[in-house]
Amino acid sequence: MGSLSESGLDLRQELRGIYAIWLRELKVFRREKSRIVSSLVTPMLWLFVVGGGIGATVGEIERNGHTVDYQSFIYPGILAMSVTFTSVFFGMYIVWDRKVDFLKEVLAAPMTRTSVFLGKMLGGSTDALIQVALLLLFAAYFDMKLTVLSLVGTVLFLFLLALCMTAVGLSIGSQMESPEGFSLIVSFVVFPMFFLSGAIYKLDCLPAWLGIATRFDPVTYAVDGLRNMLLPDMAFFSVAVDLAVLLGFCIVMVAVGTFGFKRMRL
Amino acid sequence: MATQSMPDKSEPSATITTSKLTKRFGELTAVKELDLSVRQGEIFGLLGPNGAGKTTTISMLATLLDPTSGEATVNGYDIDRQPLKVRQSIGIVFQDPSSDDILTGYENLYLHALMYGVPQAERKGRIQEVLELVGLADRADDIVRNYSGGMRRRLELGRGLLHQPQVLFLDEPTLGLDPQTREHIWDYIETIVRERQVTIILTTHYMEEADRLCDRVAIIDHGEVVVLDTPEALKEGIGGESLHIRLADDSESARDEAMTALEDLSFVRGIEQHAGELVVAIEGVEVLEKLPEIMNATGKMARLNLHSTTLNDVFLHYCGRDIRAESAEDRMATVHGVMTGGR
Repeated sequence: MGSLSESGLDLRQELRGIYAIWLRELKVFRREKSRIVSSLVTPMLWLFVVGGGIGATVGEIERNGHTVDYQSFIYPGILAMSVTFTSVFFGMYIVWDRKVDFLKEVLAAPMTRTSVFLGKMLGGSTDALIQVALLLLFAAYFDMKLTVLSLVGTVLFLFLLALCMTAVGLSIGSQMESPEGFSLIVSFVVFPMFFLSGAIYKLDCLPAWLGIATRFDPVTYAVDGLRNMLLPDMAFFSVAVDLAVLLGFCIVMVAVGTFGFKRMRL
Repeated sequence: MATQSMPDKSEPSATITTSKLTKRFGELTAVKELDLSVRQGEIFGLLGPNGAGKTTTISMLATLLDPTSGEATVNGYDIDRQPLKVRQSIGIVFQDPSSDDILTGYENLYLHALMYGVPQAERKGRIQEVLELVGLADRADDIVRNYSGGMRRRLELGRGLLHQPQVLFLDEPTLGLDPQTREHIWDYIETIVRERQVTIILTTHYMEEADRLCDRVAIIDHGEVVVLDTPEALKEGIGGESLHIRLADDSESARDEAMTALEDLSFVRGIEQHAGELVVAIEGVEVLEKLPEIMNATGKMARLNLHSTTLNDVFLHYCGRDIRAESAEDRMATVHGVMTGGR
C-alpha cells in the first residue's frame, strides 16, 4: 500500500468525487425539463407514425408460430433507441464542456480521471433512465409481458445499455477536437447502431451481409434483451447471451473511455 | 537573468520549485527552462505580456498540462509523479470563467467541497463563510447564468479558497472587478497569507495589484524570466523619477531636437518618445533644482509632469512599449496546441 498512499489515492475521496459529478449531472438534468419533454417526441414519432404506418402495410409480425402487431414489436427497440441517442449525445456533450473552462475545475480536483469518467458515465446513464421512464408507461398500452421480474429486467437492460452508450459518447467526445465533428459521428455511429440493431425488423431472415453486421452491433443485444423481458416470443438470442455481450462491451468501453480521459487535453 | 535574491534551492521552506521547466506547443516554446523557487507564505507575482507563458506555467504546476521537459514540485510533491498529492494541496482560480452556469452559486460551492474533500461537518459553515466573504450570501441560490461577470468572478475566487489549500494559484483574480471588490479581495488574500501561511502564485495585468500584494515579482516574456525581485528593488533598479514633457511646438523635429539637447545633460539617464511626449528618466538629483537646465534644453513646454517610478514603468522597461495583443494567430496556435496536447 506504500505506493498507494504516496500517489495520494484515497478511495473514499474518489467515491465522493464520483458522487459529486453524478449529483451535478442530475441537478443540471432537473433544471432542463424541456429536454425531457422534447426527448419524447422522436420515440413517439417512431412508435405511432412509423410504427403505425409500416404496421398497416406489413400486418402482424410472425415468429415461431407467435404473432404480434408491428407497433408492439418495435416498442422494445424504440426504448433502446431512446436510451442510445440520449446517452451518446450526453457523452459527446463533453466537447462543449472542454471549450468553456468548466471542466478544468473538475480535472484540477484531487481525484483520478477514472473517477471523473465514472461519475460522468453514471450521471448520464441516470439521466437517460429517467427520460426513458416516461416511455415505459406505454408498455401497458402495447400489451407487453408485465411482471415484476420482466420490469426489473427491462430497467436493468436499459441501464446497462445507457452505461455502454454514455461510455461510447464520452470516449468520442474526449478525443474530438471541436463540435463540428458532431454530425459526422451521428451519421456514422449513432444511426448505424440504431438501424443495425433489429429494433425495427426481425433478425431471422436477413440478407447474409446484414445479418453479420447486426451481430457486431452492441445495441442488437440490448434490443434483444428487452424483447426477452417484454416480448419473449420475439427474442432471438438467450438472455444469457444478451447480458454477456452487453456486460463485456460495457467493460471494454469503460477501459477505452478511461484511457481517453487520461489522454484528454483541454 | 534574475538580478538578485534568488533563494537557495535547497532552502527547506520552498513550497514551489521548478527546474528547467519547459513547455513547447509544436514550434512555439511557451515556457523555456524556467527556474523558480517560491517560499512558503509568499505571494509571488508572475507578470508578463499576453502570451508570455504565465497561464501555461500555472497549468503545468496544477498538473493540468504535462511539461515537455524539466521538473517541478508543489508543496513537496512532484507534479509528474504525484499529481493527486499536488492537486490535494492546491486551489486555482482560472483566468476564464469556470463556474457551472446551470447551477446556483451554492451548488457550485457544495460540489467543489465534495470534490476537494472538505469534511462534511465543515461544509455548510465554510460555504457560508466564503459566500459572505465574496459578498454573494444573498444571491447564493440564484443560477450562476444570471450573475454579472464580477459576481461570477467572486464566486470562483471563493471556490478556490473553500478547501483552504496550501498553495493558491490566482490567474488574474480581479479581472473585471470594481475597485471596492478588488480592495476587499486583496485584504482577504493578505489575511489568509498572514494567518495560514498560504503560498500564492498570482498573475495579473494590474501593476498596482502586483505592487500591493506581491513579496516578489518575476517578469516573464517569451517564456523566460526577464527579471525577478521585490517590487521595491525592481522600481529602484530602473531609477527613481521621470519627467513627462509635452513641447509647445508639437512637431517631430522639435522633439528630436529637444531629445538631443537633453541627452547632453549629465543627470539624464535615458529619453524615450511616447505618444507625443518626451519621457526623461532622471538620476540622483533633485529635479526641481535642475528645472532651469531642463527647460533650457527643451525650449517652451506645453505641459510637464513629474512621475515617480511604478511597477508599470518597470514592466514597460523590461517588456517594451509595443502592444503585444495576443494576435489571432498566436492565440490559435496556443489553443490548438493545448487541444492536441502539443502534437
